[in-house]
Amino acid sequence: MELALWTYEGPPHVGAMRVATAMQDLHYVLHAPQGDTYADLLFTMIERQGRRPPVTYTTFQARDLGSDTAELFKKSCLAAYERFQPSALLVGSSCTAELIQDDPAGLARALKLPIPVVPVELPAYSKRENWGAAETLYQLVRAFAGPAATQPRDPRSCNILGPTALGFRHRDDTREIRALLEGLGIRVNVTAPLGARPADLARLPEAAFNVILYPEIAHSAASWLQRTHGQPFTRCIPIGTIGTREFLAEVMQLADLADADVSPEALRAPWYARSVDSNYLHGKRVFVFGDATHALAAARVATEEFGFTLVGLGTYSREFGRDIREAAATYNVPALVTDDYLAVEARITEAQPELVLGTQMERHIAKRLGIPCAVISAPVHVQDFPARHSPQMGFEGANVLFDTWVHPLMMGLEEHLLSMFREDFEFSDQAAPSHLPQSSQPAPAPAVPLPAAVATGWTPEAERELMKIPFFVRGKARRNTERYAADRGIGQITVEALYEAKAHHAR
Amino acid sequence: MSVPETLLPTACATPPVRFERGQREVFCGLTGIVWLHRKIQDAFFLVVGSRTCAHLLQSAAGVMIFAEPRFGTAILEERDLAGLADANEELDRIVGRLLERRPDIRMLFLVGSCPSEVIKLDLGRAAQRLDRAHAPGVRVLSYSGSGIETTFTEGEDACLAALVPAMPQASAAQETQLLVVGALAEIVEDQFRRIFAELGLRNVAFLPPRRAGELPPVGPNTKVLLAQPFLSATVAVLERRGAHRIPALFPLGAEGTTGWIRAVANAFGIAAARVTAVTEAGERRAQRALEGLREELAGKRIFMFPDSQLEVPLARFLSRELDMQPIEIGTPYLNRDLLSAELALLPAGVPIVEGQDVEAQLDRCRAARPDLTLCGLGLANPLEAEGLATKWSIELCFTPIHGYDQAADLAGLFSRPLARRARLRV
Ligand code: SF4
Repeated sequence: MELALWTYEGPPHVGAMRVATAMQDLHYVLHAPQGDTYADLLFTMIERQGRRPPVTYTTFQARDLGSDTAELFKKSCLAAYERFQPSALLVGSSCTAELIQDDPAGLARALKLPIPVVPVELPAYSKRENWGAAETLYQLVRAFAGPAATQPRDPRSCNILGPTALGFRHRDDTREIRALLEGLGIRVNVTAPLGARPADLARLPEAAFNVILYPEIAHSAASWLQRTHGQPFTRCIPIGTIGTREFLAEVMQLADLADADVSPEALRAPWYARSVDSNYLHGKRVFVFGDATHALAAARVATEEFGFTLVGLGTYSREFGRDIREAAATYNVPALVTDDYLAVEARITEAQPELVLGTQMERHIAKRLGIPCAVISAPVHVQDFPARHSPQMGFEGANVLFDTWVHPLMMGLEEHLLSMFREDFEFSDQAAPSHLPQSSQPAPAPAVPLPAAVATGWTPEAERELMKIPFFVRGKARRNTERYAADRGIGQITVEALYEAKAHHAR
Repeated sequence: MSVPETLLPTACATPPVRFERGQREVFCGLTGIVWLHRKIQDAFFLVVGSRTCAHLLQSAAGVMIFAEPRFGTAILEERDLAGLADANEELDRIVGRLLERRPDIRMLFLVGSCPSEVIKLDLGRAAQRLDRAHAPGVRVLSYSGSGIETTFTEGEDACLAALVPAMPQASAAQETQLLVVGALAEIVEDQFRRIFAELGLRNVAFLPPRRAGELPPVGPNTKVLLAQPFLSATVAVLERRGAHRIPALFPLGAEGTTGWIRAVANAFGIAAARVTAVTEAGERRAQRALEGLREELAGKRIFMFPDSQLEVPLARFLSRELDMQPIEIGTPYLNRDLLSAELALLPAGVPIVEGQDVEAQLDRCRAARPDLTLCGLGLANPLEAEGLATKWSIELCFTPIHGYDQAADLAGLFSRPLARRARLRV
């Protein structure tokens, strides 16, 4: 048993639902009790889908147990087939049905429906949402990807694999990447699962290679296509300017195209990062947490494209823990691989970042600690489905990253002016960036006391002196001073010690 | 929609009720934790279940804003199922750590789920063991919120029923006690407290209490007044402890609230004049507040999907005080006994459907093209996309809707979607 207060991922059948809901003409019959129908609201409320997920739940009850849950499953399959007339059926169990062992695969097959039935077995007591999505996509691809194409493949053709329903900006990423590929003269053969029909999956082998946007979801299907149909797949993730350039270089190579520089005029992020106003972004301490793909990309963009300093890197995607550990080692920061939200909170508190790039959960942590935050990864919230086109990937995605990561921070010039006028009586330390509402002000008292504040003693004078230091560098000054004091065994931090430490760190 | 002839009422006393069985689209009883944990402020709700249960709670809570919520899930893992780990030892370990981390917790509920029930984990026994281990600081109780046993609000029923054995015995010498049962928003509870005080009742208690240590006593001298219609199991155990239920309308709307208070007054032999004096002002205030809303809602046809068991009292309120026209009243379960006063006031001939077959219901709803549909979160946007105005039913459990001063808020929940549609030009 493991105690969970909040979870980063749902159960694996929610992953299967994300695939089924992304697709068309496919219906999922899920052997599950009534409460599991809550999952519909993820799609209809959070993603604001205007149609119900294509899922029939058997909603067995206690009185059905031991007698006719299997019969109920068959009845539900038949009813779903007749009502929705899908071209294929996905069948499986939720956590409770897994325990009663009704064998949805066998039961559905026994019905001899005139359409293909694809069973997905998703071990609910060891696996999670992303794994469930990956496994479902893999099973569907295996079931439908037809025989290897007989005609020679057009080298300038690819599939896009990975985007699902309820994905973090999947809709917009797909549009962006598709446009980039088409701009290079590469034809997108099939995009899956988003928008695909089972019949489209049959055409997957016709493309020369696969583009995988979200390895958490698409990697197993892409590996199988490589093994079985000899289709190579991309490894670069097109997040950030550099990531996108590398991705395009990789794609051009796979498509047998001569290397060309593709930097559209509309790419503004690199120039914005170089403009003088952005000097104030320099060295900002940033903590990154999310699914592995987005966390790795964010760490890179933050350091190489924003000039931030990484102070922590982590993921809840245990399957990709190694990648995160390796990356963290190169940044010389501790890696955090966990789905324990309290552990993440403790680490953020300890790292005292000036910006958190995380999921909706970290947004709440950051809000409580009064630290600016931008969301870079699922789990998602209704806000993560903006009305406008807002990709994370591609060149437009790089622009979006610039805007969304800088937005919660103080604008450069504004920060500068604040520090100039901080002695004025109008000045308030608590001033929020002028473009943000008051509510985004730091919470008065962090839920968890800053560790340093209790560890070392500050004399009242030194504490007052510290308060004269601009608040956006105060945390750093406090940390540096305390480290200085600790290293030298100074128990009481006086004004003297504060300036000693300042001089020491300035060297 | 057609109702089998045989079910049509001969006299209007019993409305036609049809039972339907098929796919249900209602949350399980775990959902009640979302409002119960806020009500009992030093209680922790520990679900023993799966990642699905944890995800349901998180999704139903909607906002992930609490630093450390007072609910959580002990997620069963493969080793627990394979018997490699002793479930009871694991539970002891988790509870021990939890209570150590949260010294403010005075009451712990072990909440059963579908998985814990299917593997026959005896949480009742575990609760007894843990209760002994953590006495006297923490009471440990258990109930089931599983989806195979409970539907949505039945979780609250199971929770309150679990509290009853922990209630002290009321002494026979004591003045007759009024026990109001059902979780109410604090502001509503305080309003009712004032009303009962004005009636001259000195011994009034509420279940659930705000703090674990404030469990009221119960005994033959206790008269039970239900604030919610879905509490049949709780009533049964209270009766077993000698309490008597006061049959009444439910306090939704002006009429419902007055009926509810009158029932108390009758049971306590309070003079009619006094009751009128106490209820008059509130009732008039509520009626005045409802006037404008009635103009907006009168004649509007409403289709109700089954959800909270509040549907019957709601239909009574909407039809009698706002002149709305219910065209189908769905309810997951119909307790005729607790609802008898309500059923008698429903407009004649409105079909009541107990249970659920969501696809068939959607067909009927689409065919009827109601002006407003009361439904769960999974159905609301899809119906809106089809051009039907909806009101999400879960709000009825999260918003204060009981009593005179909330009557207009309750009506507002139904008028807002319509007003909004009328205003939007896009
Ligand atoms: S229906 Fe059962 S398995 Fe599903 S969330 Fe509710 S208790 Fe858990």
